[in-house]
Amino acid sequence: MKLIYEKSKAGRRAGSLPRYDLPNVEVPEDLRRTAAPRLPEISEPELVRHFTALADRNFGVDTGFYPLGSCTMKHNPRVNERVVNLPGFRDLHPYQEEDGAQGALELMWRLQEILAEVCGLHAVSLQPAAGSQGELTGLMLMRAYFADRGEADERRVVITADTAHGTNPASVAMAGYELQKVETDDRGNLDLDDLRAKVDGRTAGLMLTNPSTLGLFDEHITEVSEIFHDAGALLYYDGANLNAVCGISRPGDMGFDIVHINLHKTFSQPHGGGGPGGGPIAVRDMLEPFLPVPAVVRDGDAFRLDHDRPKSIGKVRGFGGPFGVFVRSYAYIRAYGPALREMSEAAVLNANYLLARLKDVYDLPFDRLCMHEFVLSASNLKREHGVTALDVAKRLMDHGFHPPTIYFPLIVPEALMIEPTETEAKETLDEFVEAMRAIAAEAATDPQTIKDAPHRRPVRRLDEVKAAKRAVVKFGFEEHPDLAPVKSEAGGEAIEAAKGA
Amino acid sequence: MSHLSLTDADREAMLAAVGVASVEELFRDIPEGVRFGRDLDIDPALSEPEIVAHLTELAERNVDTGKELSFLGGGIYDHYVPAVVDAVLARGEFLTAYTPYQPEMSQGVLQAIFEYQTAICELTGMDVSNASGYDGTTVAADACFVAKHATGRSKVVLCETVHPQVRQVVKTYAPGFGLEVVEVAHDGGVTDPDELGKASADAACVIFQQPNFFGCLEPAPDLASAANEAGALPVAHVDLVSLGVLEPPGAYGCALAIGEGQGAGNFQSYGGPHYGFLAARSDLVRRMPGRIVGETTDLEGERGYVLTLQTREQHIRREKATSNITTNQTLLALAGLVHLSWLGPQGLREQGETCMALGEYAKERLGLPLVFPDRTTFKEFAVHVGRSATDVIRDARAQGVHPGYALGRDYPGLDDAVLVAVTEKRTPEDIDRLAEVLGEVAR
Amino acid sequence: MAAEESYPEELRYHAEHDWARVDGDEATLGITWFAQNALGDIVHFEAPEQGIAIANGESYGEVESVKAVSDVIAPLSGEIVEVNAKVIEEPETINEDPYGNGWLVRVRLSDPGELDDLLDAAAYRKLLESL
Repeated sequence: MKLIYEKSKAGRRAGSLPRYDLPNVEVPEDLRRTAAPRLPEISEPELVRHFTALADRNFGVDTGFYPLGSCTMKHNPRVNERVVNLPGFRDLHPYQEEDGAQGALELMWRLQEILAEVCGLHAVSLQPAAGSQGELTGLMLMRAYFADRGEADERRVVITADTAHGTNPASVAMAGYELQKVETDDRGNLDLDDLRAKVDGRTAGLMLTNPSTLGLFDEHITEVSEIFHDAGALLYYDGANLNAVCGISRPGDMGFDIVHINLHKTFSQPHGGGGPGGGPIAVRDMLEPFLPVPAVVRDGDAFRLDHDRPKSIGKVRGFGGPFGVFVRSYAYIRAYGPALREMSEAAVLNANYLLARLKDVYDLPFDRLCMHEFVLSASNLKREHGVTALDVAKRLMDHGFHPPTIYFPLIVPEALMIEPTETEAKETLDEFVEAMRAIAAEAATDPQTIKDAPHRRPVRRLDEVKAAKRAVVKFGFEEHPDLAPVKSEAGGEAIEAAKGA
Repeated sequence: MSHLSLTDADREAMLAAVGVASVEELFRDIPEGVRFGRDLDIDPALSEPEIVAHLTELAERNVDTGKELSFLGGGIYDHYVPAVVDAVLARGEFLTAYTPYQPEMSQGVLQAIFEYQTAICELTGMDVSNASGYDGTTVAADACFVAKHATGRSKVVLCETVHPQVRQVVKTYAPGFGLEVVEVAHDGGVTDPDELGKASADAACVIFQQPNFFGCLEPAPDLASAANEAGALPVAHVDLVSLGVLEPPGAYGCALAIGEGQGAGNFQSYGGPHYGFLAARSDLVRRMPGRIVGETTDLEGERGYVLTLQTREQHIRREKATSNITTNQTLLALAGLVHLSWLGPQGLREQGETCMALGEYAKERLGLPLVFPDRTTFKEFAVHVGRSATDVIRDARAQGVHPGYALGRDYPGLDDAVLVAVTEKRTPEDIDRLAEVLGEVAR
Repeated sequence: MAAEESYPEELRYHAEHDWARVDGDEATLGITWFAQNALGDIVHFEAPEQGIAIANGESYGEVESVKAVSDVIAPLSGEIVEVNAKVIEEPETINEDPYGNGWLVRVRLSDPGELDDLLDAAAYRKLLESL
């Protein structure tokens, strides 16, 4: 398919803006643009066709089953799109005076209250733009808290699980902490002996997801929380897996002091091909003074932005955060009301159903009931037929499914992490089971077809090695021929390097 | 519950397959002590029409730019967003897709990001762009992180004329990065290159904004030279809308170009979500944060797109990653691409010219003393209003006009100054109306 | 095209999967077949600069594949006298010929006594079996 730049034709233009009969203002010569940027010159019909063609080459939750573990690819209700586009939200400037933004501030305040209740904690900031920014913010809160108590120099270490999402150690490094890892035991819980050996007066805190990335609820979470609190440390909850326990178990009650929530996972903000998201944080009361500024507060019947927070860590993102994301999540939660637990119950039922029907054909690292997701291993297929988790993933595409997460968590070789979410129908789950079983059977009879998959997507398997070795990250225009210009009626240039991997 | 597809019969069959008697049993691994024993104390459930009614009521209590003639700017602008942006963003294949880790499922998003990266490089004159950062503030923190690792130095220099929230966010991130932050005061609304040079002696990077927060054009090439001479990386925080008429950072020696993309393709939306952009010189590519899409071929030699250089990122490099960023702002960057394609090079240039021409017209019609006379401005300028700016804003708004941002909130000594932004959505008649109202309420 | 698994007898090995070929007071260093196999197709070698000192047991660079990045650990201490330009240009050479054309750096040794702490081929093979 052609790039939009390859469809560009001098003199074409989709846009029109008003022009006024006013004198032109000259930009000083040394600041004036000399060479025009090579943006596409395209008409509106061609523009629409181009992006429609791109959409046709993409697969979303709207298209089909998307069981990516720890991503919570649930259906995104369309009413949320209608309300986010209300002019009172869409066309509201963030520097509008508070009396002109009461509806927005009230929505934010109500969402804060809901998230505090869901987490079992006391105060919330909606400011962080995504889960990993929420993590970094949480770690900054930890540092501010200990600095306030005169313990900053001692408390240098944050402990994460060996099953942790990669953002956890990256956030720890960005926050200037040292990282320590704790092991997972045979049941998929944190190894308490390993933990006790590692927690001491140098520990600032724990970063943990519960249920873990194995989809397992830590049966000793109460002991874990005691170990850290007894050492004077804090507990941070990575909310990536919150979809499993809403209204059923609250992170604050488990002992966590800081929680980030992924609005784009649990609360249906559409993933948008990679973003936007929202990563609000909820904290126990002793941490409230350190939250980012401004805080959204209620003052009688009115709602205000409170900038007077002398102990605040500062600001992690512009304005109050990604407001459009708040609108969608608030509308989503209002559709459930206090019955939000039904969401988690269905998510956990769907996952356990898939697990029950697949554990006899794939290796099962942990034989327990799962929460909202579970991990299988394709090690048996690799051992017996040379078919890897990657191959299984690519072959699932031919069956019309997006693959699950692969090669994560790191402690399970050939991992397949599957999270169906609560919005899937039983029929879809049954079709997925059939496809997974068919692939396992095909591995024995015709592994090569699996290794050459996908066969039915707009492209065949792509060469990621080539892309990393010689990174071509923008269109070359006339200067550099592209790797394989599209064979077109006009007759593209023949580039020797293009053919083959 | 309309979001759920399971029927009672489904649940029964599924529980039987799992081998448990009830849904309750599925949660048996949760210790009794952490079970939540009551219903959540949150607002009651609403049906779809009730959700729309409730949210509409909340929305109507906001004074948006449809209800008030607004000259508010300060980093977020009321630029025109074309209808094609709405149409493209509504496609479920974009809206509901995940990050494109499985490229064969995601060629639409991957190619769109590649096209976006190309557009950002063209506009900024840089060699490589990432797939977006959170917003215009966090990309400044990202740039500092890049500069620290590229130079080995631990100080960053910010011009006072850089957006106050950008500076605040950099200062929030700095302790964790082990960075010292130094500010260079403005001199008559712009930055003095010599002062900047002196402050940059042992700096990892220097961040300046073009046009700056006051709307003034900085002597950007001289600022970049001063930084380069001091061995600090010049980082230009720029406005995409201005890059049809202003020389891009890549043409005058910058190492990084960053900024807030909202003005190109996103609605104001009370501050977000929008997209930050970050582009760099080719030698810095392996230090860049965020996702990068690259071109490759498939098994049959057909062209395709993949995420590349992923070893920079958290899912592989973990604690040594160039950033912890995972979710970014892809959908909003896609809106930016559509918008920029809709404009084309002529359209972008004309938009810039129109903003400048309207700005000049506004300066004349308002007849108020300019805070920084004799400075060329792009689409914003600061005026003295003779008394408290917040009072003037209040009184003007009582007549349905919002004259702009009260600069005294962020700059001492400017309590009587208002930052007036004029985009192509304001007409000469709108400006006449502003002049009329300010004529009454300002002194 | 990756090489066949091998661990040449004349080399000495470090537990972090690096090898050394000693030649008088200099040594050539690289990564073993096991390391390149674990990484997969190598796409980049982040090399140290000529003239810098490297220390036994510490990282002196990084090797990257599409799906992983790995520190390269120095088995011996010394000063970098040459970086292999070929693997910078064509990193896949490390997969194809990890002990020959896929060498990474040459060093002038600062403490030849460190050689005694390294494993011979048999001991290294034994280590691999226990992994």
